[in-house]
Amino acid sequence: MHPALQGLLTIIVGVGGCVGYFYFSNQLLDRVLFPARGPNAGRNINRANMIRPWLFLAPALIALGLYLAYPVVETMRLSLTERLPGGGSKFVGLDNYTQMLGEPKFWEALQNNFLWLLIVPAMSTAFGLLAAQLTDRIGWGNIAKSLIFMPMAISFVGAAVIWKLIYDTRPAGQDQIGVLNAIWLLFEGGFGSVLFLQIIPVLLLAAFGAAVAWLGYALIRPLLAGNRAGQGAAFMLLRGLAALICTALVVSALSGILKLLTVSPPYGEPQTWLTIPFYNNFFLMAVLIWIQTGFAMVILSAALRGIPEETIEAAIIDGANPFQIFFKIKVPQIMGTVVVVWTTITIVVLKVFDIVFAMTNGQWETQVLANYMYDKLFRASDWGVGSAAAMVIMLLVTPILIWNVYNARKEMK
Amino acid sequence: MDNIAGTKSSLTWAVHISVALLVTLWLFPTVGLLVSSFRTADQIATSGWWASMFPSEQNLTLRTAAPDTARPEGALFVIDGNLFVEDGKEAGKSEISVWGTSSREISAYKPGDTADLGDDGRLTVQANGDYRLESDTAPEGRRGERVFVTAEAPPEFTLRNYQNVLFDPKNREGMAKAFFNTLTVTIPATIIPILIAAFAAYALAWMDFPGRALLIAAVVALLVVPLQLALIPLLKFHNQIGIGKGYIGVWLAHTGFGLPLAIYLLRNYMVGLPRDIIENARVDGATEFQIFTKIILPLSFPALASFAIFQFLWTWNDLLVALVFLIDATGETTVMTKQIVELLGTRGGNWEILATSAFVSISVPLIVFFAMQKYLVRGLLAGSVK
Repeated sequence: MHPALQGLLTIIVGVGGCVGYFYFSNQLLDRVLFPARGPNAGRNINRANMIRPWLFLAPALIALGLYLAYPVVETMRLSLTERLPGGGSKFVGLDNYTQMLGEPKFWEALQNNFLWLLIVPAMSTAFGLLAAQLTDRIGWGNIAKSLIFMPMAISFVGAAVIWKLIYDTRPAGQDQIGVLNAIWLLFEGGFGSVLFLQIIPVLLLAAFGAAVAWLGYALIRPLLAGNRAGQGAAFMLLRGLAALICTALVVSALSGILKLLTVSPPYGEPQTWLTIPFYNNFFLMAVLIWIQTGFAMVILSAALRGIPEETIEAAIIDGANPFQIFFKIKVPQIMGTVVVVWTTITIVVLKVFDIVFAMTNGQWETQVLANYMYDKLFRASDWGVGSAAAMVIMLLVTPILIWNVYNARKEMK
Repeated sequence: MDNIAGTKSSLTWAVHISVALLVTLWLFPTVGLLVSSFRTADQIATSGWWASMFPSEQNLTLRTAAPDTARPEGALFVIDGNLFVEDGKEAGKSEISVWGTSSREISAYKPGDTADLGDDGRLTVQANGDYRLESDTAPEGRRGERVFVTAEAPPEFTLRNYQNVLFDPKNREGMAKAFFNTLTVTIPATIIPILIAAFAAYALAWMDFPGRALLIAAVVALLVVPLQLALIPLLKFHNQIGIGKGYIGVWLAHTGFGLPLAIYLLRNYMVGLPRDIIENARVDGATEFQIFTKIILPLSFPALASFAIFQFLWTWNDLLVALVFLIDATGETTVMTKQIVELLGTRGGNWEILATSAFVSISVPLIVFFAMQKYLVRGLLAGSVK
């Protein structure tokens, strides 16, 4: 059968089946099983109303259970077993995990994933906030917004092609067709190059390091003061952990500054950007940041509009300048939304697969967990280790999952 | 909003410039691909797409007509015509600034000058490419004289890439089949989850039963479960029940993966519907099924539309689910994303094919995006801001 015809048939069968199921099961319930007539009418209505929700829910519950809940359990089981050549499987305990932990590719993937987790949500949220704040204040803001939002509609694969054109390299001497190399070749080692490629990045990194250091200090201060009033031990632990991450960031910022000051860039040579280890990660991240900024902008822009105007009026009357209004009045009020945006993008990052798959396929030290898992499952056909890698992704998602459920339950009360 | 107290910010111009910069930066990559898809392979390979927007100076090697076309004119033998026409181009578009007859001296003459070619005669070339080659003896040889010209060519774009990628039946890397396959995957995978989710969302929003709160929490939890976990167990399951790899499998998979978001979005929207309407209908004797189909469903249209757009974009743009559940060894059921990844691997340097294929694939989501942006934004806000 022609696939299009099959598709049409599926729509008819699927939709018709759904409607039919809902209609007839309700009829059955109301007319045959518990008719609202006769001596037991009252009792029957109550009984029918007890069963009906489950009729409405059944298809969704089956689909959710089969396609999302069962796989979690089954993957966990698979991660503890090994496929035998003749079919079947045997329990191997944590062997798959130990094997995975012994592979340098896994550690590379994990390390890169953490890099992605740090940078992509931060940059997307920052750009999104900037775009939201700026576009809210001008007449053509809505057009600007929809243009910045546009990459959301583009597939990761399409985006990979778009950015590969940007990173394209031609041999030295030819005209470069990739923008990045065309710009790179404009730098020739003069004062401008030093200014743009060394001094400004150093200043940016220093500012970033200082901000993180300040944040870390603010997080750790209550711990140092021994002020534990009203806060649980878990919360303190979280603070400590966050402060530790901040310290790591400051150290890496400092080492970055040192590197930038001592490096002598290969001016005048076209670079194959995607094959430069470590830095190529950032070129891949740029793609996701480009896509996710629009999402952050839309949500944050709505949050900014929801801020009560009185607070801003009061700040203006008190003589606050625009920057103070933004950072001290607006941002604190939308902090909840910032967290939501941040976590949503974090989940996207944890699952990022297509971009790496299409652009480098994990070569040149750009592996990430999702692609590592795909490699193991479908190239190496190693279901055990692949499932173990999937469980690692699940483990990383779990804190956000718990946080979301906690918030949803709080809201419903 | 900062202007409400009557103080117009002095930074307005800075804001305009920053936004313009930001928009340019965000648009630049896509525009690059779009422009490239209208250029020939040669053009893409030799100059950046940004240069194609302006007239460019090109060095060309052209030839006069073959010697046997010479006609006698008095005592002379003359060949004349237009250099661009001889090369298969259109005359009158490019303008020659300098020309030469040897590859070492390509800028020896100006338009209108006459070059002495010795035995081969005298060549005069005009700015528009018209030439006249006169010689005293009948010219010999098979090919015409080489002329090296430096010409100013206007921007030039072509639709040939699209013809090639979409309509050439002989092109095995063509996108036509993949386009229809993608459509075949997308439409059922968008419609079916909506219906299932709508009923479930209604039950979760407006019916009272034990365990409701728990189910809602479960939906929120499943919202973030990475679908990577589902690949192997479900592939095994599909093989066991005999579906294997194919459209049915991918439709089912997309339905399952789309449901949590669908239920979540629709429930949030339905909870906000006015209670009075539903209570009144109940008092008037409507059954739950009637309430749902006659009242809830029409009122929930905006939420249904939001989810439909999400699911459409997601299934259209998906690569992983198609790779695992749909595309078998024959490759008959390939989708566009997979086709592009394949092209990236095998034809990574052929930007005219890549750019055109990629643009074909992203054009449909872009149209949907711009046409239904309102619903998309609404859905995003309902889905995440709480």
